[in-house]
Amino acid sequence: MSKRSSYIYWTGFCVIVALLIVEPFVLPEFWRRFVTEILIWGLLAMSSDILIGYTGMVSFGHSAFFGLGMYGAAAALLSVAPPNLWLAILYGLIGAAAVALFVAYFSTRLRDIYFAITTLIFSQIFYVIIFTWTEVTGGENGLTFSRPALAIPGLFSLPFTTSTLHWFVLAVVTASYLILRRITQSPFGMVLQSIRENEARTRAIGYAVERYKIVAVMLSGLFAGLAGVLYAIQNRFAAPDFVYFLVSGEAVIFNVMGGIGTLVGPIVGAAFYLLLREGFSRFFTEFYLIPVGIIFIAMIIFMPQGLLGFMRRWLNQ
Amino acid sequence: MEPISAILHALPWDQILIQTLNGIVTGMILALVASGLTLIFGIMDVVNFAHGELFMLGAYIGVVVMATSGSFWLALVLSTLVVAIIGAALQITTLRPLLGRDPLTTILATFGISLVLQNYALWQFGPVARKIQEPITGRFSLFYLEYPWYRIVIAVLSGAIIGGFWLFLKYGTYGIWIRATTQDRVMAQAMGIPVPWVHTAVFAIGAGMAAASGVLFGPLVGVNHAMGIDWVLRAFIVVVVGGMGNLGGSIAASIFISLLEAYASIWVDPAQAVIVSFVVLILTLLFRPTGLFVPTPK
Repeated sequence: MSKRSSYIYWTGFCVIVALLIVEPFVLPEFWRRFVTEILIWGLLAMSSDILIGYTGMVSFGHSAFFGLGMYGAAAALLSVAPPNLWLAILYGLIGAAAVALFVAYFSTRLRDIYFAITTLIFSQIFYVIIFTWTEVTGGENGLTFSRPALAIPGLFSLPFTTSTLHWFVLAVVTASYLILRRITQSPFGMVLQSIRENEARTRAIGYAVERYKIVAVMLSGLFAGLAGVLYAIQNRFAAPDFVYFLVSGEAVIFNVMGGIGTLVGPIVGAAFYLLLREGFSRFFTEFYLIPVGIIFIAMIIFMPQGLLGFMRRWLNQ
Repeated sequence: MEPISAILHALPWDQILIQTLNGIVTGMILALVASGLTLIFGIMDVVNFAHGELFMLGAYIGVVVMATSGSFWLALVLSTLVVAIIGAALQITTLRPLLGRDPLTTILATFGISLVLQNYALWQFGPVARKIQEPITGRFSLFYLEYPWYRIVIAVLSGAIIGGFWLFLKYGTYGIWIRATTQDRVMAQAMGIPVPWVHTAVFAIGAGMAAASGVLFGPLVGVNHAMGIDWVLRAFIVVVVGGMGNLGGSIAASIFISLLEAYASIWVDPAQAVIVSFVVLILTLLFRPTGLFVPTPK
């Protein structure tokens, strides 16, 4: 990596983060919420990029991790008397990690479309369980709860407003991005990429491919669960709809639209998708998926690299 | 012997018999859906996510034709033809450009198609379920139930369609083209078979079979825009359990899984009975990833 190129990269990174920090002072309420939402969905998409873009496994089951993160947060917020933010995150991550371990153990033995179908079926299992286990999960209606305060015990305590929530989400997403970027560049990340390029050869060199894949799925599941926790805090409810596989499909759409294997691409893809949805739902109301779906298909055919695919090498330096 | 006969007495035999019949009927419809899916996979490595939507579209076209002409059989034939044409058009516009790319891109493209079709149906027909009148209203008594003859007719008709299709594959010239392309795409091309058109034709046939099953199944439940998803998930399970691209295996697996689900729904909620087939899928993938109903590879 040349010194100048990395200088441009980090300047760009700082400018974008700075813009996102000042954004709540400029934009009206609606768009503030909108940007926060993009960041949360971006985190979900980024987590599945670890599998799709870096390990070469398309997961159609990320809704299970996302949803379990939501329900884990809900469990913490409903059971502990003054709702505690950190406990919610902890519970959400535990929930997502447990599911991810289960899914990873079984699905990583399979490759390509078999992996995609198995993860899809797993997420449907969790969907059916959550949907029908009404006493615990609230069934179809889901669970509602109040937002915790943004507090560090002994230091400060702030109520979440649209702006403070935005900054909190921004901090979490930026930190996650930096961690994931570091991971993909670590020797571990290199092994994942070599699994993507040639699994048989990676195994022949002597890496325990299955173990690497399990860790990759769990890592991906953890960050997807984190996104679920953030989404639960933003919207103050958890619903079975978010465990349904269409959410996983959206995560894959974000990746393809933004460009897989770039980490930033999926966030851009999420922004692009949500903007398209916002724009088209003015004309098509709830049928926005008709034009958005057509654009998605066209992008698969004519733009398989996605919006940021052309910068892939540069972003991964 | 005592405990065994106690268990035998405790089992609800009448329910089990009824559920066996139900399971076979849904199994035959599922086989009709899944044989199209497995054929499409076998011949062009395309996992067709939109298969359930073709099923749903078939049912809706059936509703429309029924409303204008009043004839169920006309609806069945017309809807099969129209959806086959739609399928061919979809294959030419979206899947043909993807030929030779990673099979995973076809999952994404067909997922996109399924989103578009599903929302189009919601837009055109609204969220309220439509009903197709059953063409045969006779019933026969089975224990405490009046079992409709129509369900038996469905099973027989599905069997006939699959059987006819099998004969076509086995003896028809074009059927032989299809099998040749499945076995070796490059060699088939070299022998002068127009492989791209075989792909289109297979996709059209699969779409038509999905549409036919949609019309046949329509009278049993309401027709709505989301009905396809259930079926495509179960068809995926069947195709994997039966062995990808294996026609006989997926028919056996359809009936096996439908029977299991039917029996499970005696004891648990039908919504939870689905989990049984999920578990079968996972066990199959773990212990016999090539499929339950294929001979063990040597």
